[in-house]
Amino acid sequence: MDRIDTALLELLEEDARRTPEQVGVLLGITAAEAKARIEGLEAAGVIRGYTVLIDREHLPEETISALIEVKVQPERNRGFDAIAEQLYLFDEVKACYLMSGAYDLMLIVEGKNIRSVSRFVAERLSILDNVQSCATHFILKRYKTDGVIFEKQPGDKRMVVSI
Amino acid sequence: MNIDALISQKAKAIQPSPIRRFFDLANAMEGTVSLGIGEPDFVTPWHIRDAAMASMRAGETAYTPNAGTPRLRQAVADYLYARFGLSYDPKTEIFITVGASEAIDLAMRVLVDPSDEVLIPDPSYISYSPGALLAGGKSVLLPTYAEDGFALRGDVLQSALTPRSKALVLPYPNNPTGGIMTRPQLEELAAVLEKTDLPVISDEIYGELTYAGDHVSIAQIPGMKERTILISGFSKAFAMTGWRLGFVAADRRFVSQMLKVHQYVIMCASTMSQAAAAEALNGMLRGEFDDVEKMRRAYDQRRRYIYDRLNRMGLRCFEPRGAFYIFPDITSTGLTSEQFAESLLREERVAVVPGNAFGSRGEGFVRCSYAASLKNIEEAMDRMERFVKRF
Repeated sequence: MDRIDTALLELLEEDARRTPEQVGVLLGITAAEAKARIEGLEAAGVIRGYTVLIDREHLPEETISALIEVKVQPERNRGFDAIAEQLYLFDEVKACYLMSGAYDLMLIVEGKNIRSVSRFVAERLSILDNVQSCATHFILKRYKTDGVIFEKQPGDKRMVVSI
Repeated sequence: MNIDALISQKAKAIQPSPIRRFFDLANAMEGTVSLGIGEPDFVTPWHIRDAAMASMRAGETAYTPNAGTPRLRQAVADYLYARFGLSYDPKTEIFITVGASEAIDLAMRVLVDPSDEVLIPDPSYISYSPGALLAGGKSVLLPTYAEDGFALRGDVLQSALTPRSKALVLPYPNNPTGGIMTRPQLEELAAVLEKTDLPVISDEIYGELTYAGDHVSIAQIPGMKERTILISGFSKAFAMTGWRLGFVAADRRFVSQMLKVHQYVIMCASTMSQAAAAEALNGMLRGEFDDVEKMRRAYDQRRRYIYDRLNRMGLRCFEPRGAFYIFPDITSTGLTSEQFAESLLREERVAVVPGNAFGSRGEGFVRCSYAASLKNIEEAMDRMERFVKRF
């Protein structure tokens, strides 16, 4: 990893659809070099995938997301990994992080509505032996996700032409 | 009452910009993608804005000393030393102005006597010639060439010298060409200058924005510091155009004269702007904020992109190495600069600035600013490509 790799990752993080040729022009390297670097980063597991950022507010079908703080009993030998695995294998769980602080695991859970998320918490999560307690926080509005502001931003306030 | 008859000859002698009509047209046109803007598209970084608000909350609303706050002058001195190895005494050799623009005007006023000649590279930013005229002198334009990267050549300077030569304006990195002066090129000028008593008004407002090695000030060339009036400011590097803040670093004999005029005309630069600027420089020097470097890298990517696109559409251009402008040659279309800019605006709604706004050597070129988002530059290039293909 050098400075060009870092810059390349920033560009793809901003827009993953950029082609090696486009990235090459922006960074002052050839398209072939850009392609090789991207493949290298993929092979090394630095790039884990390419995805799309959806503003679900605009989808016809409603969905709801919740952050769930989970306190768990770590297992002998495997620590938090075993219980984390049990949790992240649920389809409803979109993200799973081990946290410092007052609780252990943070889940981001997505469902059709409040009821479906509540059911997940009550019927699948809370009943697990290692789960001691959990606190569910529903997301009411997304202002910014993955560095992208969802609110409408003011346009360019500069004059059209100035010397 | 015949008010026209009341206006001084000096004021009348200044010509309004020949492309003013074009500016009015462009500013009124809807749906325009603009590459015509000579200022950053970034907002001033938050910590700098916050420093201005803190200053206001603390009730710092009075005048500052004429030369600027001691804190800001010290920060400028620290910056010039850290960045260029230049030592200036913040008490006597540095003062704060209302933009680099004021500093340019002050330099002209204290140097130029009637019929003195001010040497100005052509093309260049538009305010130098009017500044020389208002000070009672006249401007002598020194041609620069795309094949030299629009750097000023020693032989061109040499051949323009007369007994009336009074000052050389050195505006690099250059608006509108994106040209810079490398150390060897500056040494070539120094070799000519050292045989003269010509002071240098060095406008280094784009000094933080270079893309092929660090900016070199002529004051760094041995023997040149004493004659150099180094002018810079905060507008371009820190995206602070609206704050109107610049500075001068020069020998105390220049500074004391310039400060005298500044004191009568301006009193002092804006107090809250000075608080913000001190934070801008100190934050950078402490290594705490890298806003300037981040913006520079963004401009660099856009520079590469726009250079690639212009070349692909068949417009020859010099690869810019400083500021945030590119200056393609549009003579292949058979249009003049103004025709090109006006047709491009009317037909494709893209604003660029005709090169002749910057001097006669700018004819046959247009200035495109890449201080715009990549998305906008891409859209502008798509439109411009469509336009150019018609010729």
